[in-house]
Amino acid sequence: MSNLTPALRDQMLSAVPSLRAFAISLSGNVDRADDLVQEALTRAIANIDSFQPGTNMSAWLFTILRNLFRSEYRKRRREVEDADGSYAESLKSHPEQSSNLEFKEFRVALDKLPAEQREALILIGASGFSYEEAAAICECAVGTIKSRVNRARTRLADLLAIESAEDFGPDHQTRAILSATGRR
Amino acid sequence: MQAESSQTKPRGRLGRDVQSKIGQQLRAMYDDVVSEGVPDRFTEMLRQLDETKDKGVGS
Repeated sequence: MSNLTPALRDQMLSAVPSLRAFAISLSGNVDRADDLVQEALTRAIANIDSFQPGTNMSAWLFTILRNLFRSEYRKRRREVEDADGSYAESLKSHPEQSSNLEFKEFRVALDKLPAEQREALILIGASGFSYEEAAAICECAVGTIKSRVNRARTRLADLLAIESAEDFGPDHQTRAILSATGRR
Repeated sequence: MQAESSQTKPRGRLGRDVQSKIGQQLRAMYDDVVSEGVPDRFTEMLRQLDETKDKGVGS
């Protein structure tokens, strides 16, 4: 039967933190994300025979988790789709950063991206996968990943510019106020 | 006022500073979760698996 060696189990465990971060970005909810991770691990263990030793365990688990999420998501039919800012909401448990206005704006903006763009951006920009690995995880062409990432970055820059000009910070507003008062 | 036109940025082209800022925010957000490590529930889960295996399933 399944042949989960201690080495493979350790590889799984060390992939868990990043897998969770990815799951949260997909589901927009910490509890659901952890359930997804658990399901993905269960499925991975049951199918450990199909894992090619020496290949990237993390990428394999990400693929499984993403597929699980998508099949579940299709069933639930966009239940959370209109919950604007759901990702930002889910991260409220991290007060040290939620208090930071820049972070809040960033998360809200990230939430507004189409799911496929957000996913590609996270795999490349945060999880640290190569374009090839991300393409394998998302089961699409490398060029598709590249264009999704580019569109995601452009859109994010646009969204963030609306709120706080080119420097993301409150400086723009402050400057505007200062210049409006006209003395200085 | 001349200042206005010189301030507008070309569209569809991201400045390097904007790009790197996006990258930073993205990683900081992600790493915030990563830094929580492996929750007990998953360590437990994989440990229990070992025990089940040792006992043999369905005797």
